[in-house]
Amino acid sequence: MIEARHLTKVFQDKKRGEIRAVDDVTFTCRPGQIYGLLGANGAGKTTTLRMLATLLRPTSGGATVAGHEVTQEPQKVRAQVGFLAASTALYGRLTARETIAYFGRLNGLTAGAIAERTKQLADELELHEFLDRRVDKYSTGMKQRTSIARTLVHDPPVLIFDEPTVGLDVMAARTIVRFVRDCRDRDRTVIYSTHIMSEVGKLCDVVGIIHRGRLLAEGSLEQLRARFGESDMEEIFVKAVGGETEAA
Amino acid sequence: MNGSNIATVYLKELKDMLRDRRTLMSMIVIPTLLMPGLMLLIGTVTVKVIKKASQETPTIMVLGGEDSPAVRSALAENIRIRLVATTPDWRQRISDKKVRAAVEIPPGFDTALEHGEARTVKIYNYEGEVRSGFGVNELRRFFNEYRDKVLTARLTARGLPDTFVRPFEVKTENVAAAEKVGGNAIGGMIPYFFIILCFTGAMYPAIDLTAGEKERGTMETILCSPIARLDLVLGKFLMVLTASLATVVFSVLSMAATVVLGGTMLLKSAGGAAAMKGGVAAGGVIPLLNPLGMLGVVAMILPVAVMFAAVQLAVALYAKSYKEAQSYLSPFIVVIVMPAVIGLLPGVELNARLALVPILNLSLVSKEMVSGVFHWNYIALIFGSTCAYAALALAFCVRMFNREDVLFRT
Repeated sequence: MIEARHLTKVFQDKKRGEIRAVDDVTFTCRPGQIYGLLGANGAGKTTTLRMLATLLRPTSGGATVAGHEVTQEPQKVRAQVGFLAASTALYGRLTARETIAYFGRLNGLTAGAIAERTKQLADELELHEFLDRRVDKYSTGMKQRTSIARTLVHDPPVLIFDEPTVGLDVMAARTIVRFVRDCRDRDRTVIYSTHIMSEVGKLCDVVGIIHRGRLLAEGSLEQLRARFGESDMEEIFVKAVGGETEAA
Repeated sequence: MNGSNIATVYLKELKDMLRDRRTLMSMIVIPTLLMPGLMLLIGTVTVKVIKKASQETPTIMVLGGEDSPAVRSALAENIRIRLVATTPDWRQRISDKKVRAAVEIPPGFDTALEHGEARTVKIYNYEGEVRSGFGVNELRRFFNEYRDKVLTARLTARGLPDTFVRPFEVKTENVAAAEKVGGNAIGGMIPYFFIILCFTGAMYPAIDLTAGEKERGTMETILCSPIARLDLVLGKFLMVLTASLATVVFSVLSMAATVVLGGTMLLKSAGGAAAMKGGVAAGGVIPLLNPLGMLGVVAMILPVAVMFAAVQLAVALYAKSYKEAQSYLSPFIVVIVMPAVIGLLPGVELNARLALVPILNLSLVSKEMVSGVFHWNYIALIFGSTCAYAALALAFCVRMFNREDVLFRT
């Protein structure tokens, strides 16, 4: 479960002054549900998710992730979260097995548990073929599958995905999408940010439209279609942000 | 603080580093093989050139002196030089290294000697050219002996003893212990090398583990794991410290091996007087340093290594990319070399105030320690203050790792 309450993040920029990257964002994401955070580049998606993953500290407001407050118990929050982003890369000089073991140890797993979990993940994600080869020799697809294994090593109840399909080819992107669905089916709490409208339709149970740091609309796909009188997600998005995207 | 997490990070970074060819090059291959290899190569070539030059009989042209057969025949009889026919382009021939030197006998030299009049003999050489220098030495030796002979003849003719013109002798004798001589001569250089090696050894891993990770996108991956920032910093810090100390240890071991082996090799290959002198000096330097003092220097360098590792890690973390980090850290080399060089200057002696100046204090106290002088109060002050600086640097580094504007600087 994720509960964000009036989450706000203000950055100080020497040239531009005060920037409200995230402004008073409140939403709830439940287990067995994929919450899609939809927004253009620079809308505040990454900042929101980084605050939930405790990489950034909110300027005001707060959030509870798997029962822990992000500002009070950041380590406990991170222990309950699997975070996967286009910007979270792997160590090129380690093998997939070593990567899984490293993050397993950092998550407090014992050697026995790590061995068992590695086998399980390698079976599920078909890693066996390259498990003992160095990551820097992998194809993009192999890297993605290894990243997923890294994210899941501690079997977290909450999963945060920040535009995980950016820069991936169709096949690699499909692997990710399938994996996100699997997480929902296993009753995990999933939050997924994207700027790709088609992904929202395919994946998300609840969609939050974020623009210039503010959450402008929220609801299931049906609710949003009914509210904006459009069936196409792109049209819904444009209407929600008041036709501003091109200008933005 | 969680020791197991620190160890996990440290061991992973160690494995990662050992698989990186660039680190291995900068940490092990270059200090252990390249530097001593270069030293040996230069040493061997130098000894060979000097040996060849010293074995050659210098060719000399005699200018003038047609009316002074005595000095000319004495020159011709000297087997240590070979006279060649004088040509008008003798200057050019010296410059072209065809002839080593020329000597000009002034007109009426023999007659002037008989009448007790002073004349000036002039030697023409190629300044700075080794073989020309050997020619000049032989000519000087010849004329000194020739002058002594004339002098002795004159004194005998007047019934005077040799002490008439040389009433007393002057001699110098060293009373300082051998290790003090060694300490004074190269004691200052030792911490200088240590300081530079210690700094450069930490530089590459410090950048790779911070700005390098940001650039490769692995920083965000590790930050979203449940490890505490403090444990992450300490694991990385220990790795940088290891690299720094490893560079020092590998360099020192290989240098020592080079000095001992190289000295012996040069002695064997050269055999000549010049090489003997060089070989003995090289081989004799290490035993001349106080061994306890050397251990002391190593102990004193530890907190300095901690300070370097922490500062470099913190500064490199601030950078967004590998290149940016390099441009921040490179100027630091000048900053740390300056106090190390000041410590080498003559007359700069250790006192309570200088004992608080980082790096300079190490340079000064090391010079004393390898000479076998132990001012324990200063040693304690320096060790204590350096530890305090190191602790501050480490605290600064931890603070930097807790700043999101540093970690996610855009």
